[in-house]
Amino acid sequence: MALAVVIFLLVIGSIVFHFVSPWWFTESAAAWDSIDNTILVTFWVTGIVFILCNVFLAYCVFKFRKKEGHKAVYEPENHKLEVGLSVFTTIGVIAMLAPGLFTWAEFVNVPDEATQFEVLGQQWQWQYRYPGADGQLGVADTALVSPSNPFGVNPEDPNGQDDIIVNDPVMHLPVGQPIQALLRSHDVLHNYTVAQFRVKMDLVPGLMSTLWFEPTREGTFDILCEELCGIGHFVMRGAVVVEPQEEFDAWLATQPTFAETQSQPAPNVAAGQAAYAACASCHGQNGEGNQALNAPKLAGQQAWYIERQLNYFKQGVRGGEGDTFGQQMRAFAGMLADDAAVRNVAAYIETFQDTPAAPTVTGDIDNGYDIYDRNCAACHLDNGEGTWYTDAPKLTGMSDWYFVTQIQNFRSGIRGLHPEDDYGEQMVSMATAMSGIEEINDVAAYINSLAQ
Amino acid sequence: MAYVPLADQDKEMEMHHPHNWVEEYVFSQDHKVIAIQYGSIAVFTGIVGLTLSVLFRLQLGFPESVDFIDPNFYYQAVTMHGMIMVVYFLTALFLGGFGNYMIPLMCGARDMVFPFMNMLSVWTFLISVIILMASFFVGGGPTGAGWTLYPPQTAMEGTPGHDMGIVLMLISLAVFIIATTMGGLNYAVTVLQYRCRGLTMMRLPLTVWGIFVATVLALFAFPALLVAAIMMLFDTLLGTSFFMPAVIEAGQPLDHNGGSPLLFQHLFWFFGHPEVYIVALPAFGLVSDVLSTHARKNIFGYRMMVWAIVAIGGLSFIVWAHHMYVSGMHPYFGFFFATTTLIIAVPTAMKVYNWVLTLWEGDIRLNAPMYFAIGFIFTFIHGGLTGLFLGNVVIDLPLSDTYFVIAHFHMVMGVSPILVLFAAIYHWYPLMSGRMFNEKIAKLHFWLTFLGAYAIYLPMHYLGFLGVPRRYYVLGETDFIPMSAQDLNAAITIAAIFVAVAQLLFFWNIIWSLKHGKKAEKNPWGSASLEWQTPDLPPKHGNWGEDLPTVYRWAYDYSVPGAHEDFIPQNTPESVEPTVDTEHFDPDHDQSKADI
Repeated sequence: MALAVVIFLLVIGSIVFHFVSPWWFTESAAAWDSIDNTILVTFWVTGIVFILCNVFLAYCVFKFRKKEGHKAVYEPENHKLEVGLSVFTTIGVIAMLAPGLFTWAEFVNVPDEATQFEVLGQQWQWQYRYPGADGQLGVADTALVSPSNPFGVNPEDPNGQDDIIVNDPVMHLPVGQPIQALLRSHDVLHNYTVAQFRVKMDLVPGLMSTLWFEPTREGTFDILCEELCGIGHFVMRGAVVVEPQEEFDAWLATQPTFAETQSQPAPNVAAGQAAYAACASCHGQNGEGNQALNAPKLAGQQAWYIERQLNYFKQGVRGGEGDTFGQQMRAFAGMLADDAAVRNVAAYIETFQDTPAAPTVTGDIDNGYDIYDRNCAACHLDNGEGTWYTDAPKLTGMSDWYFVTQIQNFRSGIRGLHPEDDYGEQMVSMATAMSGIEEINDVAAYINSLAQ
Repeated sequence: MAYVPLADQDKEMEMHHPHNWVEEYVFSQDHKVIAIQYGSIAVFTGIVGLTLSVLFRLQLGFPESVDFIDPNFYYQAVTMHGMIMVVYFLTALFLGGFGNYMIPLMCGARDMVFPFMNMLSVWTFLISVIILMASFFVGGGPTGAGWTLYPPQTAMEGTPGHDMGIVLMLISLAVFIIATTMGGLNYAVTVLQYRCRGLTMMRLPLTVWGIFVATVLALFAFPALLVAAIMMLFDTLLGTSFFMPAVIEAGQPLDHNGGSPLLFQHLFWFFGHPEVYIVALPAFGLVSDVLSTHARKNIFGYRMMVWAIVAIGGLSFIVWAHHMYVSGMHPYFGFFFATTTLIIAVPTAMKVYNWVLTLWEGDIRLNAPMYFAIGFIFTFIHGGLTGLFLGNVVIDLPLSDTYFVIAHFHMVMGVSPILVLFAAIYHWYPLMSGRMFNEKIAKLHFWLTFLGAYAIYLPMHYLGFLGVPRRYYVLGETDFIPMSAQDLNAAITIAAIFVAVAQLLFFWNIIWSLKHGKKAEKNPWGSASLEWQTPDLPPKHGNWGEDLPTVYRWAYDYSVPGAHEDFIPQNTPESVEPTVDTEHFDPDHDQSKADI
């Protein structure tokens, strides 16, 4: 009795939940109405079957519950009824499958006029490549991947010279134009998902997968990785800006071609040395750092990281509210006129003799090891040297007190929450692996032990 | 082949009677003891799996609330939860536990055909569990590659447990498959060769049909996983490249080339999809018998039910790539696998109709086993229908890898089979223990489990509609997921903790009742099937005393017109009670005795 009532109420409750819940598909931004329609058809067919079956179940439980003197009817089979039900079910299945298969045929057949772009997934960042004027992407190979050629584009391939390289998790697309994404990975499986586009596909190392869609709505949409790709899976984020064709073209024009990335003049170390004079008063003549002035050690840090952080300070991505010392750095970084000046300083810093900074933090090294090995080593490497591949700076032998402040900044939202700090955002999430100042000190102490 | 050859040699067969308590309870060759051993080990792993789920639910509902749950632990917990629940808990409990207990009794046999191999099977299973659990204690911890163990990340820096954890997982799986194969051969041969006189295949209870077909599936499906596990071990330990293409690990190219990550996925799901039915078909069978017994009515459409089990089993081998619609395999596969997947809905739906129609015009006893069985029908309808979303290839594009998938498969192969397990454990508890359980506590256990589970999984589908991705340690900020999704996550976690704690009622009930439960009378439910007709309760070693039973009818003679009681045991001769031979129905007609 109670069971019959509860089942009936669960059916009613599920329907009510569906209609009052604010949780449903986000508004579409691609011309995949046919997918949304198939979902609706399926929703109604299955919804009706759900209601019919369960209400009938509740009715049976209520009506035929045990009663004195009542006896069950002996009816082993009812051929007609069973055939009828099979036919009814088959019709329902066809009603759902047919629109599904037709839509899949659309998805499988990429329109001829679709333009192409490439998505490259690697632990745990997105990068993109667009064909140049020739409309063709150059061939690429994992074996050719290096810091200066992150896509592994073959330098011998003439088609690749004008390829446009976007070494940044934010990509742009023109609205109202069918587009095919070519998906590649350098390491593990990833999955390129933009919820508003409705379609997703895995990136598989060793082969190229594709998907296509036609953006219909302007806006900025998140790109998520939706195939488990290791410990940083949940921080592998990107964004796509859908905009009118002219704005897209203008943006694309600001991005370097492959040839340009390969032919960059070598940085001018002498010019860097001159510019460094302003840095030396705090960071020291040899980049050894000065805790009293809140200036971390620079010697030994990788140039790509110094460059990125200087640019962040210049653009105000770092050194925002609450970051008192970062604000000081914004003023100094602003003195570097252009990208070349930033590169020159970074190159000069790379020439410094690297001696490990003296430890100032103590903590439980074993616990520090445990946390570091489980959560940090995947990017910063077992030896704490860091690597461009995972966008992770060197930690070993660097200023431990600076490490502690920065982790605290990540945890308190002072650093990493700027919308353009795509890499800092990852650290905001990962820094939660340390529960408080004690564990931060433990990890710092462990990193110190690596330099011994 | 002669009809029921082994049953006719009853007097010549050796029975392996135990000589001391070690042979009786530890290294026993009695299928009933082995069943309890299998079941207990499986339930132990289930408790570990459940505990892990509570932990990672805490992280999802209340991020950072538990100190030791860092991203590393989170991925290890979800991985181990998945593998434990699917393989070591559900598969082992249904086949090793219920298969062992029920097959000989329902077939009117004294034991399995190969009792010694049966014993080896359970001890091998124990070894696999020990290897699996050992991975919690090795450096780097257990693997966190996701329960599907997709390469190339399984053995790469950046994946938790990529050194020892994954190796132990693969070895444990290989050992488990050896155990399952020894058990499975036994179950299949026993069903085919060891049935008592008069027991044709089409007179078998659906429990035996479900377990039998599931066993055949296991024998065909597990080798694919074994091969995949061994090849992955080679990749990991010997540096081969079965599944490893040229990849970069933390900036350095690895010494692999030409392997195919997709090949692994095909092998895994060639096992993985039948695996769903390895769990589901025994549940279908067990629940059919519980429903029929307590509705005091024959199972409706028995022949349809049998053929549905066989059809689902067969089809389950040609739907595997519906797990791979967005894997990057050739998209043309989508047409084929979407079609086969939706076809499987037809026999499955027929089973649901027939369960409900079994209740129609019945005389339903609403006791605890029946509560669970009816609860199962509800959750299975729900889980089955959401499968039509994911199976229909284009709908999988937005929903794949979201919480919709999690909600779907937990409804259909988590909650539903587990409700059947409870129904079955309560239903057969008097047979196994000779005692009755506490009915009130059992019903309370039902309400908390059933309503709690629905409170977990109904809202979870809506997280999926929103597009919340699975396997995220924290969701962080997105432009399309509202903050309210986090509140929903918190509510789900609270429901999950509730359900987990409610299981204490179950354990208390079955342990307390062992000693203090009311003594069960013989055949307390008035069941027609053979397992309740043993001379002793619980049945003794050898099951049947002096003489094996002879079967005269099918297992569902309930409320037969003209009979003395509302059930007629299978071993009651035609001369004592009527047999019904309507023009619509003749269960023995299709399967002539000659071809058994």
